[in-house]
Amino acid sequence: MQVPAYVEYEKATSVDHALALLARFGPEARILAGGHSLIPMMKLRLVQPETLIDINGLSELSYVDVAGGELRIGALTRHAQLLDSAVAGQHFAILHDAERVIADPVVRNWGTIGGSLCQADPSEDLSGTFAALKASMIIRGPDGVRTVSAREFHTGPYETVVAPGEMLTEISIAIRPGCGSAYEKVGRRVGDWPIGAAAAVVWLDGAGGPGEGGPGGEKIAEAGLGLTALGARNFAAAEAEEFLRGAPAAEETFAEAGRIAEENCNPVSDQRGPADYKRHLARELTVRALRRASDRARAACRSR
Amino acid sequence: MQITVNVNGADYSRDVEARLLLIHFLRDDLGLTGSHWGCDTSNCGACVVWLDDTPVKSCTVLAAMADGHRVRTVEDLAMKGEGAGGGGRLDPIQLGFAECHGLQCGFCTPGMMMTSRWLLDRNPDPSPEEIREALSGQICRCTGYENIVRSVLWASKHRDGTPPSAEADE
Repeated sequence: MQVPAYVEYEKATSVDHALALLARFGPEARILAGGHSLIPMMKLRLVQPETLIDINGLSELSYVDVAGGELRIGALTRHAQLLDSAVAGQHFAILHDAERVIADPVVRNWGTIGGSLCQADPSEDLSGTFAALKASMIIRGPDGVRTVSAREFHTGPYETVVAPGEMLTEISIAIRPGCGSAYEKVGRRVGDWPIGAAAAVVWLDGAGGPGEGGPGGEKIAEAGLGLTALGARNFAAAEAEEFLRGAPAAEETFAEAGRIAEENCNPVSDQRGPADYKRHLARELTVRALRRASDRARAACRSR
Repeated sequence: MQITVNVNGADYSRDVEARLLLIHFLRDDLGLTGSHWGCDTSNCGACVVWLDDTPVKSCTVLAAMADGHRVRTVEDLAMKGEGAGGGGRLDPIQLGFAECHGLQCGFCTPGMMMTSRWLLDRNPDPSPEEIREALSGQICRCTGYENIVRSVLWASKHRDGTPPSAEADE
C-alpha cells in the first residue's frame, strides 16, 4: 500500500491567504492543486513536504478568458476545462491538441495547468506548448506580482523560478492576427508521457492574402517552436525559429526547420526510446506541426 | 483533522490524518467497499468516484480535499426507491454490464461504471470511439474492452433502465 508520509495540511481561502501560509510554513511547504503529480511523488517518498497548502478552493484562479488582447488561463484551471474552452481552441488550437493527449479524461478532470507547469516534469507536454506560444507566467509572492516568460520558467528538471513563498497564478498568451498552431506527439501508449513531441505556432504576414509565392507561399512573420522531452534548451527550437522568420510557409521551409530543430536538440536514451529515434522525432514532428499550424493560420487569415 | 464529506447524499464527519487518501477513507472509514483500490498510481481507474460532479481517481485525492464536497460512489448508482426485489432499481449502466457481460472478474467494474455514467450524462448517445476515449484512463485485464463498450452502448439505448428480463418478455 502506498500512502504519503505524515504531512500537515492547511486550506487556503484566497491567494493572499495562500501566500501568508507559504510565508508561515517556509520552504518545506508545498502548494497542493490537483495533486495528480505531487501525491504520487509523495507516495514514493520522492517529495516529502512538511505542509500542504490546498488551493483547490480558490475559484479565483480557475478561468480561461480573453482580456486586454490576451488569452488568460488561471493556474488552478483543470486540464478538462482548458480542453473544453471554446475561446482557447479558437485562438490557439495547439492547446486543445496538447490537452487531448495529456494523461486520460479522468486525470484531466482534476489535474491543473499550473500544477503541471510547477511540477516541471521534463516530459510535460505543456512546457513545450507554452514555450512555442511564448506565453507569460504570472507569479505572485510577498513582494507583489512578477511576470516571467515561459522559456525562463524552468530552471531544470522539476525546478522552476517560482521561489519559496511564491505561487504561479496565471498563464497569459498574447493574441495576434494570422496565427495558427499545432501539437504533434508520439507516445508509447495512450495517455503516456511523450517519447517526443513538437509544438509549432506560426504567425503569417499581416497582409492576409497569399504572398508572392501564391497559395502556400505566404510569408511567416514569426514562428514559435517548442520541443517536449527532447532535450531542447528552454523547451524551444530557437535556431529553427530564426530560420523561419520571413520564410515562405511551404514544405521546403518546414523540412529545413525540422532539420535545424533536430540538429539543435539533445535527447537522451531512456526507457521511452533511444536518442537517435528521438532526434528523428524532433525533425519529423516539427515538420508535421509546422504544416498543420500553417494550414490553420491560412484558415484564420481567410476568415478575417 | 476533522472533515465532513457528503457521500451519496449523507454527511459523514470523521477525524482523519491529512495524508489519508480518499479511496481509503471511503473503504476503511466508511465501509463503502464498492470502489476498488487498484494500482495506487492513478493509472488503472478501479477507484474512480465522482468528486462533486466529475469522476476522479480517488487513490490520488486526499480525503481532506473532499472536505465540504460531495462524493458519489458506485453504491449510489442504483436508482433510489421502489423496484424489483424490494431494493432500488439498477442504473441502466449496471443493467448494460449485466446484459452484455461487461465484466469477468469485476475488479475494474465500479470505476468503469462511474465514468460511463458521467459520459452518458454528458453525451447520451456516444459512439464506440467516444466510449473508448472516455474510458481510456481505465484498465480491464479480462474483457479486452469489447464487451464494456457494448455495455455502455446498451445503456445508451435503454435510458429508462428497462430490465433485460422485462424486455425479453415483450
